[in-house]
Amino acid sequence: MRTCLALLFCGLLFAAPLAAQAEPIDFTEKLDIGISTDEIAITSDFRGADLTIFGAIDGADPGLLAQGKYNIVVALEGPKENTTVRKKERIFGIWINTHSMTFEKVPESYSLSSTRDIETIAPPGDMNNMGIGVDHMPLTPIGFIGDGSNLTEFRDAFRRLRETTGIYQRDPGGVQFISSSLFKASLRLPADVPNGSHIVRAYLFRSGVFVAAKALELRVVKTGLEQAITAAAHQQPLLYGLVAVLLAVITGWLASIVFRRD
Amino acid sequence: MTVYLPIAELSVNILIILGMGAAVGFLSGMFGVGGGFLITPLLIFYNIPPVVAVATGANQVVASSISGAITHFRRGTIDIKLGTVLLCGGLAGATLGIWLFALLRRLGQLDLVISLAYVLLLGTVGTLMLWESIIALRRASKNEAVTLRRPGQHNWIHGLPLKMRFKKSKIYLSVIPIAVLGFCIGILTSVMGVGGGFIMVPAMIYLLRIPTNVVVGTSLFQIIFVSAYTVIVQATANYTVDIVLAFVLMIAGVIGAQYGVRVGQRLRGEQLRALLALLVLAVGIRLAVELVIPPKEIYSVVSAGLGF
Repeated sequence: MRTCLALLFCGLLFAAPLAAQAEPIDFTEKLDIGISTDEIAITSDFRGADLTIFGAIDGADPGLLAQGKYNIVVALEGPKENTTVRKKERIFGIWINTHSMTFEKVPESYSLSSTRDIETIAPPGDMNNMGIGVDHMPLTPIGFIGDGSNLTEFRDAFRRLRETTGIYQRDPGGVQFISSSLFKASLRLPADVPNGSHIVRAYLFRSGVFVAAKALELRVVKTGLEQAITAAAHQQPLLYGLVAVLLAVITGWLASIVFRRD
Repeated sequence: MTVYLPIAELSVNILIILGMGAAVGFLSGMFGVGGGFLITPLLIFYNIPPVVAVATGANQVVASSISGAITHFRRGTIDIKLGTVLLCGGLAGATLGIWLFALLRRLGQLDLVISLAYVLLLGTVGTLMLWESIIALRRASKNEAVTLRRPGQHNWIHGLPLKMRFKKSKIYLSVIPIAVLGFCIGILTSVMGVGGGFIMVPAMIYLLRIPTNVVVGTSLFQIIFVSAYTVIVQATANYTVDIVLAFVLMIAGVIGAQYGVRVGQRLRGEQLRALLALLVLAVGIRLAVELVIPPKEIYSVVSAGLGF
């Protein structure tokens, strides 16, 4: 028995460095991406925007490229916030929020574009580790969650709701090769895209194995009057409130003069 | 045609917002109410986050009550002294209300409390008004004299201490019930975004027995200050006043109100009250149905930003 364990131990000892040597094959491929702008302006008539990202695979194997063994996934992640999912239940005949779960730092918006359905690009375990895709992004609950039996239920509800409102999207044909190693990815920003710092992440897979990644920042900002109003509301809230009241007073007063009847 | 609301952080169709403002303005002009109890639920039905709807609704109430109050001031139908006592209670109530608002928002029960409060208030006030106006309509059809106020009658309220003389209203009344009424309305203003005229006016007439001619003007006087105070505090504490949304609503509202007033002048008082009662009840029932029927979606997602 003891020899058996010792052998097993030796085996593990030797196997570990072997596996480590076998894993990181020296990938020659490199990924490069570029966007025409690093800033999206939200104007008063903003109805969403389309974003095109261009990229190239450097040092790709022409043979594998021709066979379509390379796959690309491009994700646009919005600013991250702690997010709460609430569940209603019927109590005394009316529907009341009873249970809730808060997830740590999840993106406010998420748009994914890939050469094909990401489930067929790499095994789900790898996607989970890297957090690529709506179904694989980490959703870590904060605080007391009991025995955790309702974790799946709340996670599923979160993903479903974010996808039905269109703030999370996926386009399994959104990345297209325009030449042998050049590609373009189209991403859609919805009209209610959150302001702030977004990150474009591109991932390259070869025959189902992750090879390289690249990230770029994209800022979504309000411009002109919208920006000025938001800045005033947050930096000079008292003055802003007074101006809002003054505006109402003037509007009401003018109306009483213009439409004076007596 | 869309317009981006910087504080609500979403794009809306400006024609729909203008239409809402004009329709509510029309009704408020017709019935002589501020319209806050209509505008806030309408904005919520149109997916404006309730926190923004309540704060912005209060801003719109300032505009509509100013133009009404100026007219009453010219006619001399405002009792400033009575209004000031109401206002003291109102400011205290609004302060408590804003604290309550923030607490409920944290607990995730704000939408429930707003809806329940609306259902309860609109249901009660609507039923009482409808009852009263049906009786009045019946009397009118029999050509009996309509008596709204019975000056000889007194109730327990008139036995309270700290009495004060209000010359303009020609009454001698304790300040306690007046301040308490102002206080309750103040809470409603900051939690529900309403001016509270639709509750204050009947309460002043039936409970405090204040003469009808000064009631509307005096309640408008108090509403201006309490809702202005609410706007300023909401802006500083919650950053939820959307000035673009408020401005569009105000403009449409004051214009709509002028046409409403003209239609209102052609109708008789008890007919107007019956119609207003039906409208109040309809909004209340609409909200009640929402609470009772099984929702299409039992889950909701809220991030740390707006929403609640």
